[in-house]
Amino acid sequence: MASLLDFSLVDARAALAAREISSVELTRAYIDQMAATAGRNAYITATPDKALAMAEASDTRLAKGEGGAMEGLPIAIKDLFCTEGVLTTAGSHILGGFIPPYESTVSSNLWASGAVMLGKTNLDEFAMGSANVTSYYGPVENPWRSTDAPDKKRVPGGSSGGSAAAVAGRAALAATGTDTGGSIRQPASFCGIVGMKPTYGRCSRWGIVAFASSLDQAGPMTRTVSDAALMLGAMAGHDPKDSTSAAEPMADLSAALGQDVKGMRIGVPAEYRMDGMPREIDALWSQGIQWLRDAGAEIVDISLPHTKYALPTYYIIAPAEASSNLARYDGVRYGLRVDGDSLAEMYANTRGEGFGPEVQRRIMIGTYVLSAGYYDAYYLKAQKVRALIRRDFDLAFETVDAILTPTAPSDAFAIGENEDDPIKMYLNDVFTVPASLAGLPGVSVPVGLSARGLPLGLQVLGRMFDEGSVVRAGRALELAAGFDVSAAAREG
Amino acid sequence: MSLDKATVASIATLARLRVPDDRLEPMVDELNNILGWIEQLSEVDTDTVAPLASVTGHSLPLREDVVTDGGYPDRVTANAPESVHGFYAVPKVVE
Repeated sequence: MASLLDFSLVDARAALAAREISSVELTRAYIDQMAATAGRNAYITATPDKALAMAEASDTRLAKGEGGAMEGLPIAIKDLFCTEGVLTTAGSHILGGFIPPYESTVSSNLWASGAVMLGKTNLDEFAMGSANVTSYYGPVENPWRSTDAPDKKRVPGGSSGGSAAAVAGRAALAATGTDTGGSIRQPASFCGIVGMKPTYGRCSRWGIVAFASSLDQAGPMTRTVSDAALMLGAMAGHDPKDSTSAAEPMADLSAALGQDVKGMRIGVPAEYRMDGMPREIDALWSQGIQWLRDAGAEIVDISLPHTKYALPTYYIIAPAEASSNLARYDGVRYGLRVDGDSLAEMYANTRGEGFGPEVQRRIMIGTYVLSAGYYDAYYLKAQKVRALIRRDFDLAFETVDAILTPTAPSDAFAIGENEDDPIKMYLNDVFTVPASLAGLPGVSVPVGLSARGLPLGLQVLGRMFDEGSVVRAGRALELAAGFDVSAAAREG
Repeated sequence: MSLDKATVASIATLARLRVPDDRLEPMVDELNNILGWIEQLSEVDTDTVAPLASVTGHSLPLREDVVTDGGYPDRVTANAPESVHGFYAVPKVVE
């Protein structure tokens, strides 16, 4: 029998249902692997006792032939989701010691479907970053090493870097992530796993520590596309507690997985072929186009003319919303307090000490672009360009069913690189941010290795609420690529 | 346009962030660098474009304005750095 850690979510579910393995056995195997790989710092908080108690309860239900869609499956939760009674940090010093008295809707849905919680994963502070290096709890190490510099520790991407590293390194069977500008898809690409951001509104934001509310969206990080479809089904659903939660029904994703791409029209946007893009990424993209063509899809050249404006638009909108959302951290209701001679001084001292440099930078940018006299020039302008970016996609989706692009402009860089200039770090999200601004669903699928042996992903984007096409094309890429998601775990 | 040190200090005050003096100068450069990069949006003609605030096109739902939760001040204030008699406590604001 294969190692317990090699099961995908879907296979583990089948083995549990057939009583070939127990949830306690499976969960113990993951707890052992978490301890063995603790040096990677993928988890901020491990909850082994809670995991075993949940696994025992799952085994009891499974023995009676009961159980939900995720029954007995041990997963990790990004430490941005509030978990009742379990420390929730958002990777920030300012939330030090915060024990939520309530459970986020997404994690609550997962527990209701039978999932087992292994712990809370590391992330960039308030999900602001693309390398997991802004976390107050320290950087996360990618389980993959390059062939040319095998002694160098590499970033897992971000902001859901702990989740990606845990799934790739077999320290979780799957994990939740959140994606504001690429925070699920880019780390999935860096760690050689599948990361899916559903349509904005699919997963409730209630109980997720807010970053940029018009962009934040939760999604699954898994080893296969089928696993992502299964887990998304358990996470998603309309929630009256989130006023932007969507009620649109989701396609039957398991049916979509079974369909091939014959007759699908796949768009290839000219503007994603950028100056200075590494040749191997371009080559991999061409390979992906060929795979889908060979599988029977029709490839259509499309244009998304406002693509180059997506990042600067994002860096107005996201910091603006963040500066407003993060106003709640005032040293009064939770977390850190640094005293001062007056209330105003206490606020400023607390926030000055509690927020790290990247978060402070974004609060400053956000405060400035929303301030009197600059709102129209920056924020309103960005909202207008956002409308144009969305219109580009709407027009493209009149002729195509899905869009294929690279996920990220590079493979995983070493810890310490790209930290000299914030804009360099922001450019990591050049291919993921446009769909975030438009609200569209997307998945990153691992499809190959760079010349130095690091994973690379391709991204499939779909129409609003059309996760079915995303999963369908993603599955076709996965089948054609035959990427070995276990490689890093075996060597590590 | 580019920010000077005094403007950055005043944004920090608006944002309730204590920025130490030795951080102020580097922050001026960092913010100007980012704002200069953002400036490229001025190339885009948006005169006839309506701003996009909601990607789903949904209108915000309304509900009855009634209490649906609560009645447990101890749980609510359990995470407070300082609380007294079921209230949050802050430094004195009125002399």
